[in-house]
Amino acid sequence: MSKQFQFKLVLLGESAVGKSSLVLRFVKDQFDDYRESTIGAAFLTQTVTLEDQMTVKFEIWDTAGQERYKSLAPMYYRNANCAVVVYDITQSASLEKARTWIRELQRQADPSIVIALCGNKTDLSARRQVTEEEAKKYADEEGLMWGETSAKTGEGVSDIFMAIAKKLPLTAPSRAGTSRTAPGARAGVDLNKQSASVGQNDNCNC
Amino acid sequence: MDEEYDVIVLGTGLTECILSGLLSVEGKKVLHMDRNDYYGGDSASLNLTQLYRKFRPDQSPPSELGRDRDYAVDLIPKFIIASGELTRILVHTDVTRYLEFKQIAGSFVYRDGRISKVPSTEMEAVRSPLMGLFEKRRAKKFFEFLQSWKDEDPSTHQGIDLDKDTMKTVYDKFGLEPGTQDFIGHAMALYLDDDYITETARPTYNRIVLYTSSMARYGKSPYIYPLYGLGELPQSFARLSAIYGGTYMLDKTIDEIVTDADGKFVGVTSGGETVKAKQVIGDPSYFGAGKISEGGKVRVIEEGKVVRAICFLKHPIPGTEDSDSCQIIIPQNQVGRRNDIYIAMVSSTHNVCAKDIYVAIVSTIVETDKPELEIAPGLKLLGTIHDKFVSITPLYTPTSSGQGDNIFITRSYDATSHFETVVEDVQDVWKRVVGSDLVLKKREVEVSN
Repeated sequence: MSKQFQFKLVLLGESAVGKSSLVLRFVKDQFDDYRESTIGAAFLTQTVTLEDQMTVKFEIWDTAGQERYKSLAPMYYRNANCAVVVYDITQSASLEKARTWIRELQRQADPSIVIALCGNKTDLSARRQVTEEEAKKYADEEGLMWGETSAKTGEGVSDIFMAIAKKLPLTAPSRAGTSRTAPGARAGVDLNKQSASVGQNDNCNC
Repeated sequence: MDEEYDVIVLGTGLTECILSGLLSVEGKKVLHMDRNDYYGGDSASLNLTQLYRKFRPDQSPPSELGRDRDYAVDLIPKFIIASGELTRILVHTDVTRYLEFKQIAGSFVYRDGRISKVPSTEMEAVRSPLMGLFEKRRAKKFFEFLQSWKDEDPSTHQGIDLDKDTMKTVYDKFGLEPGTQDFIGHAMALYLDDDYITETARPTYNRIVLYTSSMARYGKSPYIYPLYGLGELPQSFARLSAIYGGTYMLDKTIDEIVTDADGKFVGVTSGGETVKAKQVIGDPSYFGAGKISEGGKVRVIEEGKVVRAICFLKHPIPGTEDSDSCQIIIPQNQVGRRNDIYIAMVSSTHNVCAKDIYVAIVSTIVETDKPELEIAPGLKLLGTIHDKFVSITPLYTPTSSGQGDNIFITRSYDATSHFETVVEDVQDVWKRVVGSDLVLKKREVEVSN
């Protein structure tokens, strides 16, 4: 029997580093050169299979542009099990921004969150400004996972998500309680289930 | 900021965020700003640092209350009534995926010096200690009448016309005692005062049906509540807006609402820059509330005041069967007032405070010049109060529809116990802004473009 675990993964990083492209590559294996900033997306899921027939379902939250003016809601970080903080290897300033986001995660998110630092756009390595050594050193100091990707070519993309899946604590039973989205784990009431009966009450003022 | 928007929304309270979300889904280009560095405006939930900054700027939170981040203290005491309009909006817009809800464990009513549980069903009502034997029979007949009412079937009307007869006529017909009327009108129909008795019976009927159908949904009480506090609600609608292209800017001081020679809206100035838009929507605090307005234009007026006391307890409220959350209604007649006193209590079960802390908010509409004394009957029910934050908040309402100058102002959060009036305000503002009724469409998006 296979076992499925579900985790909330949040994306962070400066605008235009390729957060959405990275997810689009991971989830749909697509890339769009002229992708506008994120509209209408922001809730994608993808499942990866580990050994022992274990599967990990990522529920991926995109920033929906709310990071642009430092207006990400606390809700975004709430119960995130893992985070991918993206920078653009051709923009050294974007690594600085990534550091800020990592500090924010350490402040706002659950202390057990698994964080991966991800250098995107390796297809543009001719214009590289951030060396592998520099980023890796920082990641090691902070205890973060690290990898480089190209959402355009697909290089490294599934590797980084797979690495996160492997690092997540699949044994901890407390996990289910901390994720609000695992359907079976809901401790509360499900409004959607009741939506049918909402319609039936049309004769009252509801 | 040199772009032009369809709508600028000022303030990230729940009313503004629902509007912003729905307008963005509709394809409007929305810029949403707030002077605070947090979401929620007057309907925010604050952590301890934010709470102290607001109420006691010269103090820092005591460490014995536990971790700052464990707190999400609501500024307004409201619950979501399960079968109400807000639930419908939450489901239709699909923002429920960002939220998790729990029931409020119990609903209680104060009568003759003690509190009793509000029965979960009409039939339970008949068994409750709130009524004597003969009164129970009369009440049973009354509830059966409501239950069997069908507009199209006159044989169910028993000579009553809900649209013409007053509630008094209905009460008299069934011979209900004043105490029972108090219970029905205040604990079930959730009226804050007794004005409804002399008005037509239909709205009261609707409210009782809303209450009983909400009660029937999850059992223990008619209310549900979002984990991590009410402040999650505006955040979830803000996210909906952002997903549909809405731009968010927190921590922005609004310097000026710019109008043209005819007084029509042009744009909003913040940090020396003016952003233009066709329309502006905002909460009263952005339009002169509490201040002498500039240029003689009075955009909002005060309709009354609400006193609210946020109380930290280290025990559940006595007499509530140790409920982890509850509502207690003190009907006005019981304490010689014109308006009811409400208590809303939540706890760590709802992830709004540290373990073994209970957060109760006592509130009422201000009737005298000593508001704090007015809530004393409510405070008395709480037992030992560990700490208390009292506020007296004016309720503002816009002076005009906004259709003349494209400036649309929302209302302050009133003293009612749930969000139905908030949704009414959303529908009202929507109609003024868009020009047609708000029709909820099921959101289609599962996966992105």
